[in-house]
Amino acid sequence: MVGITSFGAYVPRYRLNRMIIFGSMGWLNPVIITNARGEKAVANFDEDAITMAVAAGMDCLRGIDRSGIDAVYFASTTAPYKERQNANIVAGALGAGEQIRTADFSASLKAGTTALLSALEFAAANPGSKAVVCAADCRLGKMASTQEMVFGDGGGAVAVGDGDVIAEYKGCYSVSYDFVDHLRGANTKYDRMWEERWIRDLGYQSFIPEAVNGLCAKYGLSPTDFDKVVYPCYYGGARKKINAMFGEDPAKVQDDMLATVGDTGAAHPLLMLAAALETAQPGQKILLVSFGSGCDAMWFEATDAVSKMQDGRGASRWLARRADLDNYQKYLVWRGMAPPELGLRGEVDKETRWSLVWRDRKSILGLWGGKCKACGAQQWPAKRMCVNPDCGAIDQFEPVYLADKGGTIFSYTGDMLAASLNPPAVYGTVSFNGGGRTVLDFTDCTVEDLAVGNAVEFSFRIKFYDPKRDITNYFWKAIPAVEEVK
Amino acid sequence: MAEGIRDKVVILGMGCTKFGERWDKSGGDLLVDALTEALEDAGIEKKDLQAAWLGVHIDEINIGKGGTYASNAMHLPFIPVSRLDNFCASGTEAFRGAAYGVASGAYDIALAIGVEKLKDTGYGGLPDSPAFGQEMVMVGPNATAPGMFAQLATAYAAKHKIPMERVKEAMTHVSWKSHQNGAKNPRAHLRKAVTKEQIMGAPMVAYPLGLFDCCGVSDGSAAAIVCTPEVFKKLKPNQPMVKVKALQIAVSSGEEAAYDKWDGASIMTTRAASKRAYEEAGIKDPRKEISMMEVHDCFSITELCTMEDLWISPDGGAPDDILNGFFDLDGQIPCQPDGGLKCFGHPIGASGIRMIFEMYNQLLGRWPEDRAVKNPKFGLTHNLGGVPNNNVCSIAIFGVD
Repeated sequence: MVGITSFGAYVPRYRLNRMIIFGSMGWLNPVIITNARGEKAVANFDEDAITMAVAAGMDCLRGIDRSGIDAVYFASTTAPYKERQNANIVAGALGAGEQIRTADFSASLKAGTTALLSALEFAAANPGSKAVVCAADCRLGKMASTQEMVFGDGGGAVAVGDGDVIAEYKGCYSVSYDFVDHLRGANTKYDRMWEERWIRDLGYQSFIPEAVNGLCAKYGLSPTDFDKVVYPCYYGGARKKINAMFGEDPAKVQDDMLATVGDTGAAHPLLMLAAALETAQPGQKILLVSFGSGCDAMWFEATDAVSKMQDGRGASRWLARRADLDNYQKYLVWRGMAPPELGLRGEVDKETRWSLVWRDRKSILGLWGGKCKACGAQQWPAKRMCVNPDCGAIDQFEPVYLADKGGTIFSYTGDMLAASLNPPAVYGTVSFNGGGRTVLDFTDCTVEDLAVGNAVEFSFRIKFYDPKRDITNYFWKAIPAVEEVK
Repeated sequence: MAEGIRDKVVILGMGCTKFGERWDKSGGDLLVDALTEALEDAGIEKKDLQAAWLGVHIDEINIGKGGTYASNAMHLPFIPVSRLDNFCASGTEAFRGAAYGVASGAYDIALAIGVEKLKDTGYGGLPDSPAFGQEMVMVGPNATAPGMFAQLATAYAAKHKIPMERVKEAMTHVSWKSHQNGAKNPRAHLRKAVTKEQIMGAPMVAYPLGLFDCCGVSDGSAAAIVCTPEVFKKLKPNQPMVKVKALQIAVSSGEEAAYDKWDGASIMTTRAASKRAYEEAGIKDPRKEISMMEVHDCFSITELCTMEDLWISPDGGAPDDILNGFFDLDGQIPCQPDGGLKCFGHPIGASGIRMIFEMYNQLLGRWPEDRAVKNPKFGLTHNLGGVPNNNVCSIAIFGVD
């Protein structure tokens, strides 16, 4: 049996109330008030599609051995690299091995589900294999646009394989059209859309039913047979009409998270799927449909094992970990929509030396450290010689993946002198659980949130961006430990 | 068996420029000023210098690499000029090079000179640079010196269970005292006495360090000419001799940054170097025997922790000593009688030699009454370069005969 073996989600901590956008930009385009309900999740200044995909992947892979992963697929329409495979960065951060298959899925909002289908087919074709799909998007609408109101940032992840399946994959049906509702050229930053009535009526309201009906016809099902229905559509009226085809019970249709997160693009079907799997019951039939240049429709049946993965992973704890982003200007700066003055210190040129990055890729991407075989001391970085002054053994390290180990705060500060898009720059010394320590940037917190001895987790983030060469560099930062939601 | 260099090297002459924002002077101009004053004080000519050691740290701006810029600026006559960079210990390292050159018998007279031209950076603080290697560019925190040293304070308060308010109060006294002393010193960068209220109320730079907890970033140069006691007696018969009693350097092993033993509230290099220095100088009880100190108060918290790391204050006891006035100009061990890095300023490569300049002049009784240390016997200087978890410490001790 091939199917889903785990799921994960990620929603960035900062949420922008849509009335703040309207309050700032309503003068230019008053009609955005019609989308001004609720809040949208906004990626922190050090987050992008890669970091959010990794965060969702880390959530999905909690407690799962990384050495068994055979494929890592990344889906996004806002990947930072055109050449340099984004999926390899994600795979490295997740601690997967290097003798694996990786691929980027892009250019359509159905890229996330297409990646999932490819992963399921990969698992079916390679018995005993495991694949993980990580999707995230961080799309931008221009100031005062509908897109700015509707889009949110976030990620979703799904692990698939043929062992410990929590939702069996039953089949799929796809439609593909060059239907240009939204568009970004290769060199374009902001989304452009065609008339909304056309998108709503000819797009969502016709393609989604077409894909669902096609799937049902193929597998001898009726749309009303599904117990959980997951599909994105941010038009309330269209959503009501489409919902009607699934029967009387509105609860079976998964909340579109528009009021809490916003439309997370290629990640949205997987983010909603993660939320659905958090409460799925054994035997329930789950329908997943995407929308963008057509639709992928697929269905799953939850197994008895589903409760094993209902252990806190998924969207809920990220949704609960929220903080208000209380001003629109901060959002503009974080998302690169307005140029801030960082001072001359912020202009310092930092080159990326790729041969160095290659040598250190395990310790940079996966926070791999080492445990000394001679004395047992865990340490990061694991260079050649053991750091224990009473040991000093050379080349005796057992690699240890530290990214999911967490740690505690040893010392910390908030620095107003360092150039930062979220001053003060918070950083401190972190003791790794299991031994060793290092100084890390902290993020998603203020100095007031910290105390010596507090627990932290690690989060893969943008380390620095080199605007001269268009290079985004990544490394791990510490975040206050995320509380479980029961 | 190595016996150190106690009493083998003496100071023949010294010079030190005014530190500060020397917009009108280049690094070379400052070198010439420091050298000229040192030569006059020594009573010798440039041609008598047989070798020179140059202390300088920052590459990104400043005077470039190697010894050529300095040698060109001072037109030194084809003698060895060795550039030494060891973070903020660079000046003392240069002094150590010259002292060892003389002690070894290789030279009769040698020059140690330090310089730093920092105010061409264009912004406050030290220039951002890959000071800890290219790997750290990829993985190191977005940190500055104040933020790295600020962590000493959070770890210190946590380790000794002293409320941060008390630590901050002691830190405030440290800066207040240095401003009191610096105000009296015509060569100092910052010459204004400030109130404790001003210090406490200043904007935060890196929690819990406010603006007045951080030292000045300055341009400046300082020079020392050293020789053997025999040469000194020939050149300056019957004059008091300031002798080198100890010179020690300790460099982090990497253990503080990555291993689990360091307490985060002390500096391991300072503890190691000062122990060795006291042994070299024959000092048994530094709290009783040291007369005065110039320590590396890059930040007030550094000075606070250093009082314990130099084995002067008991662990956890520095705030009490500080607040009791133990280190004030009229206290038992005046610390920073010249204003310290805080007020005299901190042109990195010159700072170590500037501290020696203060000890030298105090030991010779050359300063006016209002800032003279009474009957000093041993003077100690201390530099700490780098950051608390990865640094270089230098200790020098001087006495007068």
